[in-house]
Amino acid sequence: MGDRLLAGVCWLAAGIVAGGFAWLLGDIVMNGLGQINLMYLLMPVADAGRAGGIGPVIVSTSLILVVCLSVSLPLGLATAIVLSEADDERWFGRLVRRSLDVLAGVPSIVFGLFGYAVFGLALGLGFSILSGGLTLACMVLPILIRSIEQGLRAVPIDIRHAAAALGMQRWRTLVAVLLPAAAPGVLVGVVLGIGRAAAETAALLFTSGYVARMPDSLLDSGRSLSVHIFDLALNVAGGEPRAYAAALVLIVALAVVNLTAISLSERLLSSRINPA
Amino acid sequence: MPASASRLDPDRLLTGGLRLCAAFSAALLILVVIFLLLQAGPVLDAIGPWRLFADDGWFPADTAAAGQFSIVALLAGSGAVAFGATVLAAPLAIASAVFCRFVAPPRIGQLFRRMLEVLAGVPSVVFGFWGLVVLVPLINRWQPPGASVLAGALVLGLMILPTIALLADSALRSVPRATLSAAAALGLSRWRTALQVALPAARGGVVTGIILGVARAIGETMAVLMVCGNVVQVPASVFEPVRTLTANIALEMAYAYGDHRSALFLTGLVLTLLVIALVLVAELGRGANARRTAHG
Repeated sequence: MGDRLLAGVCWLAAGIVAGGFAWLLGDIVMNGLGQINLMYLLMPVADAGRAGGIGPVIVSTSLILVVCLSVSLPLGLATAIVLSEADDERWFGRLVRRSLDVLAGVPSIVFGLFGYAVFGLALGLGFSILSGGLTLACMVLPILIRSIEQGLRAVPIDIRHAAAALGMQRWRTLVAVLLPAAAPGVLVGVVLGIGRAAAETAALLFTSGYVARMPDSLLDSGRSLSVHIFDLALNVAGGEPRAYAAALVLIVALAVVNLTAISLSERLLSSRINPA
Repeated sequence: MPASASRLDPDRLLTGGLRLCAAFSAALLILVVIFLLLQAGPVLDAIGPWRLFADDGWFPADTAAAGQFSIVALLAGSGAVAFGATVLAAPLAIASAVFCRFVAPPRIGQLFRRMLEVLAGVPSVVFGFWGLVVLVPLINRWQPPGASVLAGALVLGLMILPTIALLADSALRSVPRATLSAAAALGLSRWRTALQVALPAARGGVVTGIILGVARAIGETMAVLMVCGNVVQVPASVFEPVRTLTANIALEMAYAYGDHRSALFLTGLVLTLLVIALVLVAELGRGANARRTAHG
């Protein structure tokens, strides 16, 4: 009796959740699919987005992601190496970890304000792809560090001991032994970071801006795909159909990215358990 | 001699460089707060913190003397939407987690979890867009104008549900198998095991998930900006439009100057402190839970 009730309630809840998910996804696929073709992906934006394609938008989005990763990846890797070797009882490791946990919770719009004040005003980068990418780099840093650290910690301690016993220097151990062994974890972190950065809108509104032209350099303003969706949905009368198309492109790209990260991390997890 | 040799030692250079990077990552949070404070400084000097709550409303102007800077209505908007979202999402999320662990056949549970993970990665602007073109017109037909606390709570609820459900699921997974076997050996039925043994044991993780969900709901911008109507008012019912702290920043930064812009940075600071407090409470809960399971 109780078993049946619990099962009923849980199936109902799962059904509601799956229903909402299907509704959202179905709506966007049905309304977006018909408009997507090669021309749409390549052509410049025309008539405020009501016509033409999203070519420059895809280029800007990619450039923002490249800037974001080329700054956050070295910084995140270095921090993760320190954290993975830090003793949790020591104040330094604990401080860095706690600070990153809190940073992960800071709202994206606040990162937008921060990026505007620091990169846009103080460093004089204005509304540019560089500003936007650097802002996103700050934002994805915690998630990047967390997964890289997990990857590094998954390297068995025996390997470190073996390297030390061979008399390898620390930096040789790191470059030749630890990083290759931790590569899958680093990859998961990068993919998760890309997913987070590509989904972001609020932090880009006043850092990389709205300009939908093809950017000439990293100092040009460039509109990301997410900002394009927002602009079409809210600011352009009659922009709705094209907003559907752009939303579908973004969702498909993110689903690929996220599913890659999930399957990579599961493989990582099982390879960690098996040798034991 | 030994000093110069150690200065060129690549190991030392490496350790120093890595430490420096880690210190910078840790300092980022402080940098964020400092820059917000710097930008908020002028208006904070001019009006002090109390007028944020005592003024007659949110009528910002380029000079502090000419403007009214009460954030009460904005706080009420953020609070109402986040509260509604949590009330809607938390029970569904917990039931979903129990579904994954105790009710569903393994394959379906696995599939469901995968779905939650994909849902967690859907961008907020897409949730907002869907809410704008699907939910708002539906609510409008029932209770105009449609763009409302209810629309915001529904969209945000769907957004934070995966966060809560996945954290609750991993908390349930980390309940020791011995505990569950003991429950089974005592002859407890499946639903009593789930509700009276597993969930209480996983309580810390579930609560952490809910708090992080609330933090995400308060910090979310795009979805609420698109579906809540953006009228600055303390809502009298769930069908009235509101403007949240986050949406207000996104809307007004485009044209704000002088003390108005400074005031927006001040609201950003308020938002950050609010979320930091929530995250720290969640961390505290997680720490306490880890200690309990370690000792138990």
